[in-house]
Amino acid sequence: MSEAKLEKVLYIDLTHKKFKVKKRPELFEKYLGGTGVATQLLFEECPKGIDPFSEENPIILAVGALTNLYPLASKTVAMFKSPHTGNLGESHVGGRSAIAIRSAGYGAIVITGKSDIPIYLSIHEDKIKFKSASTIWGLGNTHTIGRIIRENEPGAGVRSIMRIGIAGENLLTYASVTTETYRHFGRLGLGAVFGSKKLKAIVVSGRKTFEIENKKEYRETYDYLYKTAVNSSLMKKYHDLGTPANINALNKFGGFPTKNLQEITFEHASEISGESFAENYLGRRLACSHCPIGCVHIAALREPYDDEPYFYKTSMISYDYEPIYAVGSLLGGYSIPGMLKLMVEVEKYGLDIMSLGVVLAWATEALEKGLISEEETMGLNFQWNDYDTYQKAIKLICTEKNEFYRTLGRGVVAASEKFGGKDFALAFGKNEMPGYSTGPASHVGYFVGARHSHLDNGGYSLDQKKENVGIPPQKLAEKIVKEEEWRQVLSSLVLCFFARSLYTPEIISKALKVVGYDFSEDDLWKLGETIYKKKYEFKFREGFSLTDYSLPNRIYETPVPSNPIHKEYVEETISEVNKLIRE
Amino acid sequence: MKLTVVDVEKCIGCQLCMFACSRKSGQVGFSASSIEIKSAGGMENGFKVIVCNACEDPACAKVCPTNALKVKKDGGVILNESECIGCGNCVDACMIGAVMWDSQKNKPMICMHCGYCADYCPHGVLALVKKEEKNV
Repeated sequence: MSEAKLEKVLYIDLTHKKFKVKKRPELFEKYLGGTGVATQLLFEECPKGIDPFSEENPIILAVGALTNLYPLASKTVAMFKSPHTGNLGESHVGGRSAIAIRSAGYGAIVITGKSDIPIYLSIHEDKIKFKSASTIWGLGNTHTIGRIIRENEPGAGVRSIMRIGIAGENLLTYASVTTETYRHFGRLGLGAVFGSKKLKAIVVSGRKTFEIENKKEYRETYDYLYKTAVNSSLMKKYHDLGTPANINALNKFGGFPTKNLQEITFEHASEISGESFAENYLGRRLACSHCPIGCVHIAALREPYDDEPYFYKTSMISYDYEPIYAVGSLLGGYSIPGMLKLMVEVEKYGLDIMSLGVVLAWATEALEKGLISEEETMGLNFQWNDYDTYQKAIKLICTEKNEFYRTLGRGVVAASEKFGGKDFALAFGKNEMPGYSTGPASHVGYFVGARHSHLDNGGYSLDQKKENVGIPPQKLAEKIVKEEEWRQVLSSLVLCFFARSLYTPEIISKALKVVGYDFSEDDLWKLGETIYKKKYEFKFREGFSLTDYSLPNRIYETPVPSNPIHKEYVEETISEVNKLIRE
Repeated sequence: MKLTVVDVEKCIGCQLCMFACSRKSGQVGFSASSIEIKSAGGMENGFKVIVCNACEDPACAKVCPTNALKVKKDGGVILNESECIGCGNCVDACMIGAVMWDSQKNKPMICMHCGYCADYCPHGVLALVKKEEKNV
């Protein structure tokens, strides 16, 4: 029997093709797993100032103390130095990854070094193998990569297959890692770090099982969480329509970024809403392992072949709110088939679709304004809603056809530094903007968030609760920081953020106690603060600044009716956040 | 009463049933589960829900060299663990793959048709029904 408490860390050295397992219960006693443990391991493994593509850059994967035990604790946190921002890289994925890692017997996996040949890692409990990936290196599609590995490896039903596409191999700084075909370590370029190590894929599986001493209390706590989850409104909302359920509401509110944020309402929003997708294209719903909700929505797209009558290709494509924003409204696009075809391309090459959408939106506006010409674009005439052109561009970006496209593969900041248009290059801390422009808190949140994600501190949600309109910068800063501190606890336990109202400090404390972790509610809050400050210590160490920065002017130029965004207010709030972090 | 798959198309692959089965005996993990959810060749094709069919003339019992698997009156089998030598013949004999294997104990996991898993299936895939209603 393995243990109810996490302790094992698997260390893999790709240079020497060696591995070792260390028992480190103290890591999990102190940080619980996920973000907390990964941050500590990042400090241990990542030297100051390294090139993100050097062999010293670690890939750290961590799961949480409640993984396998309770529902909705099934995320895996990845940490690394981001090649996209040159700073803290943190990305989360669901699917079967976390359950597979814990069932293989590990709380965390640390991968360092660089292989001399393309390789994939095969981790089945205690059997760890380095396998040649030379046959699948350069192969066209992450979907195919998954299928080939599936047929060559054991563990059907209880495994996770993480892999990269051509974008990762070619070191595009926003290349993603795909897992279970439809989920992604999307942001900040983990795929490129895989690529730099010649690491094509990781397959993990296991069935390790442990016994709970306090069975009655465990079942009672479980039942409370399960029943509360399945009876919540969240369950219905995200099961029925998935994350795109928000599109109509956000558009009505006036915070739905459209045409590179030239507008914040989209006249075609209802055509690309969650309702429209579900009514016309929804083919299947999927869940992450140990999650009753099943928010993953898969569209079925049937396309006829041009050259043969009555012959069709049917693709199953995962869609979510953020991809619909990034390659929908932000590109002025309202053709669902066009959007889905773009998503297929993105899946094939393995890119962060959010960064890609922002890059293409910038390119469309830059061409419109004459900053670039068809000489750079190799004859492509980017226009809003022109999906055929955008589709061609993805291939040119991923295969780095010329200097322009090579630069687009390094993100919108790199592109605007080279070709101009910084004012409308939508990035925060070099990471491309998420799909909300709801007021000042959304943008402050992106910039001060440790991974420049809307999920760091939910600023967009503060904006949408209109009681925060006009509060003093200091108050807004406090709210943002407090929320981000608490979310460090959630992501250390690798809880799905959709379940954040379910997992209150009280219930977390109780759930942990069942397996022998003693954390009071107050201890949890303190832990959140510690981890948050530690992440910022890393960010400052690697050169991030909350005093010397620039934000895209576009956010001030496009008025949000319910909550105007003034530059002075935004900057004052960032300054207050800086004070709080450095306290 | 027998466990049955009401509608496999409704399965979203959450595997809560697998966790429920092991939780019934106070365990956490897949080794202690008698039900299995696998993708039907990629998640885009949906899922296979593998549960014991409660056969009246079960192949698993026929190949057991020690008679550790006893056929129940209404079909299905019950395992006498102390007689089981862990040969795994039962796993090979079940053509739907419903005899699971506990690799930590080196014994088969046999479904008791208790319906505990169905209580944790939020999407109506599994149900405990009267034997005569099964497969109708």
